[in-house]
Amino acid sequence: MARKIARVDKSLCAACGACQKVCPRGAIYIFKGIYAAVDSNKCIGCSLCAKECPASIISMEKLEVEA
Amino acid sequence: MKKAAKKNWYDYLYIASAIYLFLGLFNILFAWLGMLCFTIPLIISFKTGTKTYCNKYCGRGQLFNLLGKKLKLSRNKSMPNWMKSKVFRYGFLLFFLTMFSLMIFNTVLVFNGTRSLSQVVTLLWTFKIPWQWAYHITSAPLWVSQYAFGFYSIMLTSIVLGIITMAMYKPRSWCIYCPMGTMTQLVCVAKESANKTK
Ligand code: SF4
Ligand code: SF4
Ligand code: SF4
Repeated sequence: MARKIARVDKSLCAACGACQKVCPRGAIYIFKGIYAAVDSNKCIGCSLCAKECPASIISMEKLEVEA
Repeated sequence: MKKAAKKNWYDYLYIASAIYLFLGLFNILFAWLGMLCFTIPLIISFKTGTKTYCNKYCGRGQLFNLLGKKLKLSRNKSMPNWMKSKVFRYGFLLFFLTMFSLMIFNTVLVFNGTRSLSQVVTLLWTFKIPWQWAYHITSAPLWVSQYAFGFYSIMLTSIVLGIITMAMYKPRSWCIYCPMGTMTQLVCVAKESANKTK
């Protein structure tokens, strides 16, 4: 089965925290003020953060999970 | 869709940001309060190695969100690639710091009497707007007022730029190239690499 999770392009991230503010699961957080990181265990793939990111650098990627 | 969780006191700091801009219309000396938006983020980053100011407290980011999302003034498009590039972000920071230094220099000229107080607010580093209504003869030294005019110019310019990119792209687009945001991020990067080499 495949589910989606958010992936951040760290090299372009401004660590503004807009993504963190909208995540309903607290799955995305700002790592030491440098970039946004996703907790793949918590992310439900709702893509709210991807829509919010002012730089549009969050993509939704398929995550292969073993059944 | 789920609604955001309960609001905290700091989710209302956009009110402070808006009031700040209004105060500058009446008395330019209020512009000095803007120093808080310069010092607090840097202190937080130096002390804690985080961008907590941007992530939680900044009223300006909230203001853009309010305009763009609640009032639906944003087209919600992706910004062009150059705008999020490091070259542009660091370049804009350098430009900003240069203009800031010039502003300090102007203040010094007024301080030592080489230049007289100019009661204008300069928008986008180009357009000089007469602003004498916000200047009242006070016992404050002239340079204090000169600095206030210069500082308010910076704050107003960044709001105007921020509103333009809020409308054209996503609401908080300004936060990608905001010089304060870039600076605090650089402080965090420096702190982290210092930690690693320790
Ligand atoms: S919203 Fe985008 S730029 Fe801002 S912290 Fe999240 S991923 Fe980075
Ligand atoms: S996709 Fe949804 S759950 Fe996953 S990090 Fe983004 S906002 Fe949070
Ligand atoms: S990037 Fe600038 S405007 Fe955005 S939250 Fe940080 S300090 Fe405020």
